[in-house]
Amino acid sequence: MPTKKQTMSSLPSPQDMHKAVLPNGITVLARANFNSPSISMGGYLPAGAIFESDEKMGLADFTASSLMRGTQTRTFDQIYNELETSGASLGFDSGVHNASFGGRALAEDLPLLLKLLAESLQTPTFPRDEIERLRAQLLTGLALRAQDTSDMADLIFDQMLYKGHPYSRPSEGSIETVQTITRKDLQEFHRLHYGPRGMVIAIVGGIHPRKAVEAVEDVLGGWQVRGQKEAPPLPLLKPLRKPMKRHHTIPGKSQSDLVVGMLGPRRKDPEFMAASLGNSILGQFGMMGRIGDVVRERSGLAYYAYSSLHAGTGPGSWEVNAGVNPSNLGKALGLIEKELQRFVKNGVSKDELADVQAHFIGRLPLSLESNHGVVSALLNIHRHDLGMDYYQRYEGLVSSVIRADVVEAARKYIDPDKLVVATAGP
Amino acid sequence: MKHDITQVTLKNGMTVMLKEIHTAPIISSWLWYRVGSRDEATGKTGISHWTEHMMFKGTKKFPANTLDKSISRDGGRWNASTSRDSTRYYETMPAAKIDLALQLEADRMQNSIFREKEVASERTVIISEREGSENEPLFLLSEAVQHAAFRVHPYHHEIIGDMVDLRSITRDDLYTHYRTYYIPNNAILTLAGDFDTKTMLKRARELFEPIPKGKTPPRLARPEPEQKGEVRLTVEGPGETAFTQIAYHFPNATDPDYFPLQVFESLLNGASGLSYKTARLYRALVDKELAVDVSGWSESTIDPYLYRITITHRPGGKKTVEALAALDDEIKKLQDTPVSEEEIQRAVKQARAVFAYGSENITHQAFWMGYTSMFADYRWYTTYLKKLANVTPADLQRVAQKYFRTGNRVVGSYIPKSRGA
Repeated sequence: MPTKKQTMSSLPSPQDMHKAVLPNGITVLARANFNSPSISMGGYLPAGAIFESDEKMGLADFTASSLMRGTQTRTFDQIYNELETSGASLGFDSGVHNASFGGRALAEDLPLLLKLLAESLQTPTFPRDEIERLRAQLLTGLALRAQDTSDMADLIFDQMLYKGHPYSRPSEGSIETVQTITRKDLQEFHRLHYGPRGMVIAIVGGIHPRKAVEAVEDVLGGWQVRGQKEAPPLPLLKPLRKPMKRHHTIPGKSQSDLVVGMLGPRRKDPEFMAASLGNSILGQFGMMGRIGDVVRERSGLAYYAYSSLHAGTGPGSWEVNAGVNPSNLGKALGLIEKELQRFVKNGVSKDELADVQAHFIGRLPLSLESNHGVVSALLNIHRHDLGMDYYQRYEGLVSSVIRADVVEAARKYIDPDKLVVATAGP
Repeated sequence: MKHDITQVTLKNGMTVMLKEIHTAPIISSWLWYRVGSRDEATGKTGISHWTEHMMFKGTKKFPANTLDKSISRDGGRWNASTSRDSTRYYETMPAAKIDLALQLEADRMQNSIFREKEVASERTVIISEREGSENEPLFLLSEAVQHAAFRVHPYHHEIIGDMVDLRSITRDDLYTHYRTYYIPNNAILTLAGDFDTKTMLKRARELFEPIPKGKTPPRLARPEPEQKGEVRLTVEGPGETAFTQIAYHFPNATDPDYFPLQVFESLLNGASGLSYKTARLYRALVDKELAVDVSGWSESTIDPYLYRITITHRPGGKKTVEALAALDDEIKKLQDTPVSEEEIQRAVKQARAVFAYGSENITHQAFWMGYTSMFADYRWYTTYLKKLANVTPADLQRVAQKYFRTGNRVVGSYIPKSRGA
């Protein structure tokens, strides 16, 4: 029942997305949404865990978490006082490749948000007492992780799937390594890896894109870092020759978690879209796809049972996750393995593919409804070089996938005889 | 809040609320039933939530496996949830596709099947959902605190229900629950988004008005007597991290004290949806290295419920006593000394920002119309910021003294018993 009244938003296009590259290398992406009285901001820079050694696992994450603990001009309390007084938020996170950041504020407070971002990036002081407080928090987080069946199943799954590769390591490190990281390590990591080259920032909301670029230039345009290190190339990943299975015991738990999976495509691989549509049929569409249907709906074994595709810069993963009563672990695994075999052998039906294609196209307005959703879309386009006209081409990209493409992608990645199976629970 | 709303009562007693928003080609539809875990008698706990699950099992017109696919195919998002006071179903769809959601909701208000076989498979799904929650120390602690805080009122039990009831509730229990509460005069439909109000209202009438009115179900309410003295309890379980949860009895959302208490919460634990690193408790406990985290929240409920503060203790369970003492000191300061006007204005600005973020989201807009109608009316939402701004330092001091007494609280401790991996 659409109205005749004109709605303001449409899909992002080259006409309304603004991109500028500052002389020091920072890329700024912006899109206006004057329906909104606020702005959302996000971005990243290449300062992730790929630069850290096994002995200092968690260093990149610890560094990113320390940036707002004090700068040359403001203490931890002053930084957060400014943010919280304005109802704004800002935070840093870290993954294998990048340190990332995100925040939001009323449009009038964008200069404040950018000033605090710039200070945190350029002049963190890593105050000793704040670092120790943070360390206690990180160690508590790791102690809680050790008790979380889902987290631990994910962790040992990555260890098996990506053996010998940086993706095998949890970015938050371990209790042992986080205890050994020193203030000097943090300062050094910041000095070597934080800089403008490779940094991307996206701003969406109630501000003109050109003003957004100027606002970024005001606070970050003068940032220069000599000798900002290039990331080492990702090592080659050896394909698995045989199935692998490991259980991690956490006593006293009432539910076990399982992860079954294998390697998946990278975001830029040509079969990504076919694999993504196939994955939706396998374990997403409707009530968690085919996996949800057999494990939850028909067998009543689990509250959640779904599949997901994790496709980024390097080799991705294709995973099925479920949480089940410990006594049903074997039964659930059997059902999931059978579904994977069926998926690879028979592929998908015409109707199934048509359903998920309609779903992928139809859900776009919802995923791009909020400023935050558009920030993620802009960063995604840039990071994976999808092209500013990506959303104009999107419908064609989805519609052009045929059944043979899906089954080909499935067979390329899924070998039901070489699955990696990780379980955690009592 | 610049958008006006239209509110109409259909002939069968069902309320429809509509809010036109033309910022994106999206419509969100929410159907609210006045039934939640508070309406469950002993022996039937969890039945509202389980009924909500059964509503996804299909009708003759929309069989189970076609329901979810129909919505997803059209690019929609849908789900449902059960709270203490209500059960709600929503669909957010591209504007041109919303009719499917309306047809579906009108149909499943009367025609859900509740097959014996599906009740059986959903029983184990819900037991699995509860087992997943039981893996979490904070669920175990929170449930025990709630049990101790409510001896009489049905807020006593968790929404998911007790395991013993999840094993014994029958298909007929569920179906009776459905037929009792899922009637138009016990429901509110809220719609927000890219539509024309007249056209949309006409369609809502066509679909929902023919549904016959039922006997308005009474709500279960046994007022909780005043607590006589502090209650302390411990929960033991796996892990290495100790937690303390402190729960104060709090007034319901329409009580005049509710708004000063919202400001109070903001000062103590930060504003909902924002970081809280300059809130008084964070400064007193975390900055002083007596705990690694402290957070707090209340709920907007029909009857008086709880304000809960959760402390995550330092590794090794150190300084648990000192952390609680520091919390008591902070509360005492607020009881003894009036806060500045500036601190109140800070809380108001925080709330204004949180409202602005929410206004971007059409699903959120439709949610608030229905949510507030469950315990007050929509004016509660539109006047919220004004009511916060009217709070005075004297109001704050008064509510601090009235509610934050040790005799009005339950203190629960989670004691980790690491069993070694």
